Amino acid sequence: MEDALRELYQEVILDHGKHPRNHRHPPEANHSARGYNPLCGDQVTIYIETDADGRIADAAFEGHGCAISIASASLMTEILRGKTEAEARQLFDDFHRLCTEEDFALEQAGTDDQDALERLQVLSGVREFPVRVKCATLAWHAMASALNGGGDATTE
Amino acid sequence: MAAASGAAAIAAGSNSTLAFDVERVREDFPILKQEVYGKPLVYLDSGASAQKPTAVIDAMREVQETCYANVHRGAYYFSQHLTDRYESVRKTVAGFLNAGSDQEVVITRSVTEAINLVAYSFGAGLSAGDEVIVTEMEHHANIVPWQLLRDRTGIVLKVAPIDDDGNFLLDAYEALLTPRTRLVAVTHVSNVLGTVTPLKEIIRLAHEAGAKVLVDGAQAVVHGKVDVQDLDADFYGFTGHKLYGPTAIGVLYGKADLLKEMPPFQGGGDMIRSVSFAETTYADPPLRFEAGTPPIVEAIGLGAAIDYVNAIGHEAIAAHEAGLLAYATQRLQQIEGLRIYGSAKEKAAILSFTMEGIHPHDIGTIIDREGVAIRVGHHCAQPLMQRFGVPATARASFGLYNTRAEVDALARALEKVKELFG
Ligand SMILES: Cc1ncc(COP(=O)(O)O)c(C=O)c1O
Repeated sequence: MEDALRELYQEVILDHGKHPRNHRHPPEANHSARGYNPLCGDQVTIYIETDADGRIADAAFEGHGCAISIASASLMTEILRGKTEAEARQLFDDFHRLCTEEDFALEQAGTDDQDALERLQVLSGVREFPVRVKCATLAWHAMASALNGGGDATTE
Repeated sequence: MAAASGAAAIAAGSNSTLAFDVERVREDFPILKQEVYGKPLVYLDSGASAQKPTAVIDAMREVQETCYANVHRGAYYFSQHLTDRYESVRKTVAGFLNAGSDQEVVITRSVTEAINLVAYSFGAGLSAGDEVIVTEMEHHANIVPWQLLRDRTGIVLKVAPIDDDGNFLLDAYEALLTPRTRLVAVTHVSNVLGTVTPLKEIIRLAHEAGAKVLVDGAQAVVHGKVDVQDLDADFYGFTGHKLYGPTAIGVLYGKADLLKEMPPFQGGGDMIRSVSFAETTYADPPLRFEAGTPPIVEAIGLGAAIDYVNAIGHEAIAAHEAGLLAYATQRLQQIEGLRIYGSAKEKAAILSFTMEGIHPHDIGTIIDREGVAIRVGHHCAQPLMQRFGVPATARASFGLYNTRAEVDALARALEKVKELFG
């Protein structure tokens, strides 16, 4: 099997793809948005609950999609907890660079949470598969849209 | 003409389709020698768009190198010459579909445009409460134009169902027909399930109810002989690029008496008789529906593609593809957890499937690295996906140049997918 494929479909991704974490609809969610990938029909809905200080108390998702988009959504919901909205957006920015920039080094990131970026690095294999970048970022687009007041996000 | 190499693929005087020599046919398609990721290209996506034989590529180049000009305009030699060749493609298409006259052949940019033309121009005669019937397995191209018409005029859109195997349900369809039904818009072959619809019956029943029938033939003309007169179809559309021809060319066949009554679709040059600011009169069909400079070079390419297919012969192609479909079905069924969608009694060489626990998009990415190109996604048939409760499927579709060895390559690549996903 080719290295690029092994790199893309790492154990962590297959695991999160098959057994996604936080795959539920939290009743307390005060932000939500649907992410839609018109290319393959994949859909995820992101739910976020922010507390009085504006920190993310809970993040979850529902939906269906490929291993990459589901694993990405699953990892994202784990990582977002405890972050402010601004921190969440910064992390999306860094994650997007991680998925698209060939020699992006973690030190260049704007986030203070290096641990989070390191966990997200399992998804950087999509760099070799440009059409799959949209799968990896679908949940993040929806998250950003949810924080912006909702509505639908598409990867187009 | 350019189709000579195709003709050579069939042994002279033989009526046996066994004489079809796929290796010879493959020689006609330069792209099949390409490699991807260091592996031979296994192209199993002809249902989305077919590859082009040298005959088509050459015909288009030859026109541009030796006699290109606009058509229906110039008083000079090249324009006249190319106008004749453009018009002779109309005859080629008429023969291909067995239309009563070449004046029943409208050249369009695609089957999508052909359907939109009918929805607009035939649709102009429909009013609120009139009914149009489509089926559950239509491509978006044969759904959305009718929804647009519904939004414009208040027609009622009805959907004829299929069963779990993908068979068209004639009785349920018959029950949908009413005196208000004006048009039935139905695919000849499903681009997802491969189902060949019982068109003759569908059309007979529609006509009994006083309705006309538009057939989306995009997937059908590729796999077998179509005879619009025998079918008694009122409109029949297809698209060039799936028929080994170029993109941006399509055809609408329409019965002469219907086309004559229909208002223009787009306005512009070529479709008029005379224009003044006070009043414009329109040309007779088919030119009435061909506004602006037509896809001239593409039309020449389509003519060459039809000549190519005719030279090989529909029977030989159909037999070859039926063999491939049977082999692929049997081969893929051996893969555990693989489910095939569509097992209609009559089926074209299109094979949709899913694998348990593995999303089609992941399948597509992984087998791509083995050189195998298939389509994954909703195939522009989202209502059909909903009907089967899946967001997407993987689809292998076969053309006249595919081989059993390529089916084996697909099966091996799918085993690798399973390996990777554990
Ligand atoms: C059944 C069917 N109808 C319509 C179309 C649309 O063809 P085009 O995009 O060439 O107009 C396709 C091809 O995608 C098809 O398979």
